[in-house]
Amino acid sequence: MTRRLPRWLPVLVAGIFFLLHLPVLVLVAYSFNASRYSAEWSGFSLHWYARLLERPDILRALRLSLTVATASTLFATALGTLVALGLSRLPFRGKRTVEGSLYLPIVTPEIVTGISLLILFVAVGVPLGVGTVIIAHTAFCIPFVAVVVLARLRGMDHTLEEAALILGADEITAFRRVTLPLLAPGIMAGALLAFTLSLDDFVITFFVAGPGATTLPVLVYSMVRRGIEPTINAVSALLVVVTTLTVALAARVGGERGA
Amino acid sequence: MSLRRRLLGFFARRPVAGAWALLSPGLLWLVLFFAIPLAILIGYSVLHRGTYGGVMPGFTLEHYRRFSDPIYLAVAARTLWIALATTGLCLLLGYPVAYVIARAGRWRNVLLFLVILPFWTSFLVRTYAMIVLLRSSGVINSLLLGLGVTSTPLDLLYTPGAVLAGLVYGYLPFMILPIYASLERLDLDLLDAAEALGARAWSRFRRVTLPLSLPGVAAGSLLVFIPSLGAFLTPDLLGGAKTMMLGNLVQNQFGAARNWPFGSAISFALMLVVFVGLLAWLRVRDAEGAT
Repeated sequence: MTRRLPRWLPVLVAGIFFLLHLPVLVLVAYSFNASRYSAEWSGFSLHWYARLLERPDILRALRLSLTVATASTLFATALGTLVALGLSRLPFRGKRTVEGSLYLPIVTPEIVTGISLLILFVAVGVPLGVGTVIIAHTAFCIPFVAVVVLARLRGMDHTLEEAALILGADEITAFRRVTLPLLAPGIMAGALLAFTLSLDDFVITFFVAGPGATTLPVLVYSMVRRGIEPTINAVSALLVVVTTLTVALAARVGGERGA
Repeated sequence: MSLRRRLLGFFARRPVAGAWALLSPGLLWLVLFFAIPLAILIGYSVLHRGTYGGVMPGFTLEHYRRFSDPIYLAVAARTLWIALATTGLCLLLGYPVAYVIARAGRWRNVLLFLVILPFWTSFLVRTYAMIVLLRSSGVINSLLLGLGVTSTPLDLLYTPGAVLAGLVYGYLPFMILPIYASLERLDLDLLDAAEALGARAWSRFRRVTLPLSLPGVAAGSLLVFIPSLGAFLTPDLLGGAKTMMLGNLVQNQFGAARNWPFGSAISFALMLVVFVGLLAWLRVRDAEGAT
């Protein structure tokens, strides 16, 4: 390529990248600050991380978040993958309509989704708790999984499936031995997306959790609301590190399989 | 084995029935826990208000008539301008970034990773990080005080500006990625042709690159505008009572104000706008050639 960028452009873009990452970097840096008042730097300390271990509510919330994320990822990945497989077998017209309507839950404001679910649970008389949170998370993760798996299905080489069928495999065997292994990176990517979405969700959880099911984001929100305390920096930094590691790991696994 | 064979035979003769059989568990879940709740919500918007929250039977359009109340019109207008300004700022910041990444050669993957990384970081954590920067004893104010730019801390938090900053920070990747996708597909021969025909750099950009990247611009703008319109967490934490947006108004009606039908009516209005936005996005995407 002969084309050169004007010299000011990369400088501008570097500045934007800086701004894009500055807030979280500052947050992580201040989680190591010895001072209570996070603006002034008074030396490196692991004090706030040590404090985390003395907070059973944080550990409990973390455990609940991981439980909810695991359960809803399993449900949403299974159901979402089936939706994608079904969609790819629909005739063109039906496919467009169903696929288009899959985007509706994705773009609906979370506050609307959360409140309408709350209304449903109250109207039917279902007690709010861990169960309702898992139901809600599964619901908002299904479309994301379906869209990701569908993208993988589109890019897949379907002649291999046909070859398996011609060579005498029935549909179920061809699916299990050929389609599923080819689809695995897409399913993994969908599951990873579902897991992070569930782990991060605050708004919908806030409405359907009830007092007994405080996930980590709900707890962090109430801590932020009650007043800033440096323990939040430490919790947030840990969350950032965990998601970054998960994504890096998944990228590596996906890369090896040639995603 | 015979059941398996009979099932296979059935679905081999009726491939569409087989497709629906695969679709149905997931779709059923979405009908039960997305569509039906939404339908109930829409139904509630024409019922009478219960005294302690909830609804009373009857039919009324008074909750929709309340939209013309100046207090609520002001919230709607604020929501609209904040969402539009967020989209505009994201476009202004995101386009150059997408352009540089598309021309970055071997740095491309690293830069893309840097764009996507914040997307994987909890939105709540990122919003909280903005509080750490903006509050009166925050990083920016201590920097300004330390440099002697100002003698008293500035009120940065709990302003429309803070909400705007939070939304731009939150949704910028949504703008960058679709623009990058359309710039990356751009046929560089066209630019060579334009140059050979004597077009200067600026005119090559304005008359070749920019028009060909418009589908990405449209997709990115919708992907930023739609969630900004329905924002709840950002104005809740960064905006304070004076910067209420429609999302906060909804929450307020189901909380302190105890007016479920009015809250439902606002939600439905929001949904309608989002639905139109979604249809527009699907059209743009299909016109661009399914990606």
